[in-house]
Amino acid sequence: MKTPALASSNKGFALNLTVLLALLVLVFPSSMDIFRLNMMGKYLSYAFVAMGLVLCWGYGGILSLGQGIFFGLGGYCMAMFLKLEASTPEYTASQTTPGIPDFMDWNQLTELPWFWEAFKSFPLTLVLILLVPTVFAYFFGLCMFKRRVGGVYFSIITQAIACIMTILIVGQQGYTGGINGITDLKTCMGFDIRTNGAKLFLYYLCVFLLVLAVLLCTWVSRSKAGRLLVAIRDDEQRVRFSGYDVANYKIFVLCFSAFLSAVGGAMFTLQTGFMSPSFVGIVASIEMVVFCAVGGRMSIYGAIYGTLIVSVAKTAISENFPELWSLLIGAIFIGCVLVFPKGLAGLYADHVMPFLSGLDGRLKGAFRGAREDREAQIEALRDVPADKVLLGVPPQFLSGDGMDGIDDGRSLS
Amino acid sequence: MLSGYTASELLSIFAMQGFAGLSLFSVFLLMALGLAVIFGQMGVINMAHGEFMILGAYTTYVTSNLFQAYAPGLFPIYFFVAVAVSFIAAGALGALVEWAVIRHLYSRPLDTLLATWGLSLILQQVYRSIFGAKEVTVILPDWMMGALQVTDSIEIPINGLIVLVLTLIVTVFMWAVMFRSRLGVQLRAVVLNRPMAGAVGINTALVDRITFSFGCGIAGIAGCAFTMIGSTGPTAGQLYIVDTFLVVVFGGAGTLIGTICSAFGIAQAQSVMEFFMSGSMAKVITLLIVVGILMIRPQGLFSVKVRK
Amino acid sequence: MKSKIAAKLSAVLIGAALACAAGQALAGDNPIAVTDKAVTVGILHSITGTIALSEAGSVQGEKLAIKEINKQGGVLGRQIEYVQEDGASDWPTYSEKAQKLILKDHVATIFGCWTSASRKAVLPIVEQHDNLLFYPVFTEGLESSPNIIYLGPDATQQIIAGLDWVINEKKAKTFYFIGSDYIWPRTSFKIARKYIEDKGLKVVGEEYYPLGHTQFNSVINKFKLKKPDVIFSTVVGGSNVAFYKQMKAAGIDLAKEKPLLLTTSVTEDEVLGIGGENIEGGYSIMKYFQSMKNEENEKFVKDFKAAYGEKSVIGDTTESAYLGPWIWKAAVEKAGTFDIDKVRAALPGIELVKTPNGYVKVHENHYMWMKTYIGQAQKDGQFKIVHGSELMEPNPFMKGY
Repeated sequence: MKTPALASSNKGFALNLTVLLALLVLVFPSSMDIFRLNMMGKYLSYAFVAMGLVLCWGYGGILSLGQGIFFGLGGYCMAMFLKLEASTPEYTASQTTPGIPDFMDWNQLTELPWFWEAFKSFPLTLVLILLVPTVFAYFFGLCMFKRRVGGVYFSIITQAIACIMTILIVGQQGYTGGINGITDLKTCMGFDIRTNGAKLFLYYLCVFLLVLAVLLCTWVSRSKAGRLLVAIRDDEQRVRFSGYDVANYKIFVLCFSAFLSAVGGAMFTLQTGFMSPSFVGIVASIEMVVFCAVGGRMSIYGAIYGTLIVSVAKTAISENFPELWSLLIGAIFIGCVLVFPKGLAGLYADHVMPFLSGLDGRLKGAFRGAREDREAQIEALRDVPADKVLLGVPPQFLSGDGMDGIDDGRSLS
Repeated sequence: MLSGYTASELLSIFAMQGFAGLSLFSVFLLMALGLAVIFGQMGVINMAHGEFMILGAYTTYVTSNLFQAYAPGLFPIYFFVAVAVSFIAAGALGALVEWAVIRHLYSRPLDTLLATWGLSLILQQVYRSIFGAKEVTVILPDWMMGALQVTDSIEIPINGLIVLVLTLIVTVFMWAVMFRSRLGVQLRAVVLNRPMAGAVGINTALVDRITFSFGCGIAGIAGCAFTMIGSTGPTAGQLYIVDTFLVVVFGGAGTLIGTICSAFGIAQAQSVMEFFMSGSMAKVITLLIVVGILMIRPQGLFSVKVRK
Repeated sequence: MKSKIAAKLSAVLIGAALACAAGQALAGDNPIAVTDKAVTVGILHSITGTIALSEAGSVQGEKLAIKEINKQGGVLGRQIEYVQEDGASDWPTYSEKAQKLILKDHVATIFGCWTSASRKAVLPIVEQHDNLLFYPVFTEGLESSPNIIYLGPDATQQIIAGLDWVINEKKAKTFYFIGSDYIWPRTSFKIARKYIEDKGLKVVGEEYYPLGHTQFNSVINKFKLKKPDVIFSTVVGGSNVAFYKQMKAAGIDLAKEKPLLLTTSVTEDEVLGIGGENIEGGYSIMKYFQSMKNEENEKFVKDFKAAYGEKSVIGDTTESAYLGPWIWKAAVEKAGTFDIDKVRAALPGIELVKTPNGYVKVHENHYMWMKTYIGQAQKDGQFKIVHGSELMEPNPFMKGY
């Protein structure tokens, strides 16, 4: 069922992906030294979380203020493996019990706790990085959504969970490294992760995974599940009455976003060489939401650009005017919500694109081509789910996040 | 851990521990009352609630300094003035914020969360610029410090008593406003059915503004009271926000009695557990219990029947 | 056709990536920023976020020392210039900013960090890039990096001196520990418990509360039940304020010394927030108090107040931070160069005879030889020194602990 609109949205998709790739693979590495590039890589690892939020919050309407939990769990899994590798008996010879991580020794542990054993194996670690946060999200989602906890309540409970996790990690420092986090990570499978070459490799690995994530997100957002999520966001009851198990779709999208966040967390650990409980907390989690909101909560690409722009601005401003940063990010939040709720992607789609395509149109002088282009591009940028296309309503007639055009729930199926 | 003590020792500890729970209860309730109005009634997720409390605390600090400098004779009673000034200051800021930001967002509750989080960052930085990064201490008049010797072994902290009494007064005040005043009737009408309330001639925009400002004012009073027991620093407000929201949500948004019961339950649970285990674990277990109960009963302990 | 474009595109991308990789790999080692006139150092503390209130003093101490050194003609004829970065109370940020200082600003050394966690985050960075960090806070020990100079007392220097004093002078028999929940309090109490139990005395309670906790009524009731001779506190930050206010409100008058309060986490800076009247009578164990009577300190206090206002106070960490640039200067002059390896080699054995807290000397393990003092908190926020120890050897890896 390939309508013309869908085909042109594929064209927009290719364009977007090419621009992103060119930026990440060509522009950044050629214009930055390894220190800045490493920072970019770090920011890109946050972008995984922001993309997860696009699906979870933008599409599904589930605002999780605990994405840091999943990011943190992924990161901690990776860090546990690296820490074990760094804690060789030779390096830790001065400890009471050589061969266990230093913080365990400080806390009078004399043997490795059982749940650390699994992290001796790299393949198993990779599995756990993906599995632990996803399974956690599954059970959490199961408890919440099957009981029909939603909206604001869900957000506040995720906050409480983030709070609990932080206290637990900080309190159980013999097992987790406490507030220091897991630090002083050196090698991964024998490769030193601190060298410039390794950092460059990790950057490209991060970009590669990010592109995979973009493809995955795009696929999900265009799938039936993606369309149902939007429907659930706009009118949960109606979808439920249409015979769908709403909870399952919500659980799915929460797990999916947890999965992405975990990948980001693992990449973060690899690139910075440590993991800290500050990422599990509320502040970090809300910051991730801001990345997503600034980029545009309905746009997968917007989330990436939003993350990069906010992070770069944060670094640049805090290097020069540390006091100003808090004021500015506060203002960005408020402005983002009040003035451009659709984020950068919305701004682009509403103002830049029409201008550009107008220009394009004049140059080509061909009405038909310009019109098609414009439609394709606007649509791609808004990432309007295909359900709107199904109805044959051009995207510009729909409000950005409403489903006003749909008057019958059944047309979804 | 309780073996080896005489019965009277145990009794007095239980009495004092009971009071510790009560005092935590009054703290929780005072924090939550303002939010119960703003979040419970209006549905605004005010993440800057803690910062409104800190505004009250700083107002108290300024008031106490002014009294010391200009009216040392009246210093013993400055606290009552500070309560009023804190209420007005936080309320005024609340009204301003409602006008500038919140009123545009009533239809998007989750967005109020982001906007007020931004607001909280701005306020923190403003406090830091004005009062410095270091914490300030509010000097209390002598009569407010120390403990009340009930029996030989039972001592009740006076400031805890003051917070308790203040909480009672604020609660009754709020009950009167909500259920016995014209504003309360209008507010409840707006919450239940906004278009209908507008249709019968209620100025819904004005009611919103007064309500929000009222809730913030209560937060200011809470901040004022907290100078007696806690710290006053630019970021102190963040410490309270999760607890405060949990109290309101756990009680069931929109019910005053729910908020009171939930504050009581959470405070007693935490206080009792703190006595038998480490503070960190007590906190974790309390939060887990609350989250667990919320999963079973998402609408909270008490819920208002509203036809949606 | 699509796959052809994709193949071409990926070929170009991979080629470009490899070219960049080669360029990056060649970018070799990292010089330090020294000209004929100036040398650049880094200052890395939080000036925003929750820890900012504690770190403000350290920044002031370091800047004052740098200013004074410059006035005296600088180091090896060079004026010290500093680049200041904000750690934002966030450990990953510390790590990032330390890298920035070393790689971008090519600093000759870093003065900075406050919490153990921030130091742990910066440690791998200074070790990897072989730079120096002067760390101004009392520490739990258990660490001895060749690239870090630990200016504050280690746990043994603080704790053993304090415990000896309460055990010998105050005849304390039972102890109750209360601390914030992170590594420094836990390690401190580990050392303290072993020391106390080895002497046949008793620890009747050990409690940790989350950072930022503000409700201490339950634990205060436990004090009343257990009646310890000594309450040993390592509560930090905002919790401190709540803890002492609530103790006072609960009728525990510290001046009566029943129980006696011993703390390793309260300096003059903290008393500002707590309020002198709330902690009056408690004992703090530090290597420096503002009230110390010696010529150097009087000058230091005068200069400090001239720079930062009459109301400013100086705590132990502020003074440690002030020592940092002076010790670095002495080491650079001994080495005769800013070269980090040579400065590092020159550091052990560096001694400053006249500092505000008296004689200090850098140990081989990069901690400091120093005397520890016990001060009793006064209502005006100052401490009255009641006891001074012998010169103590730092011992970050205590045997048997």
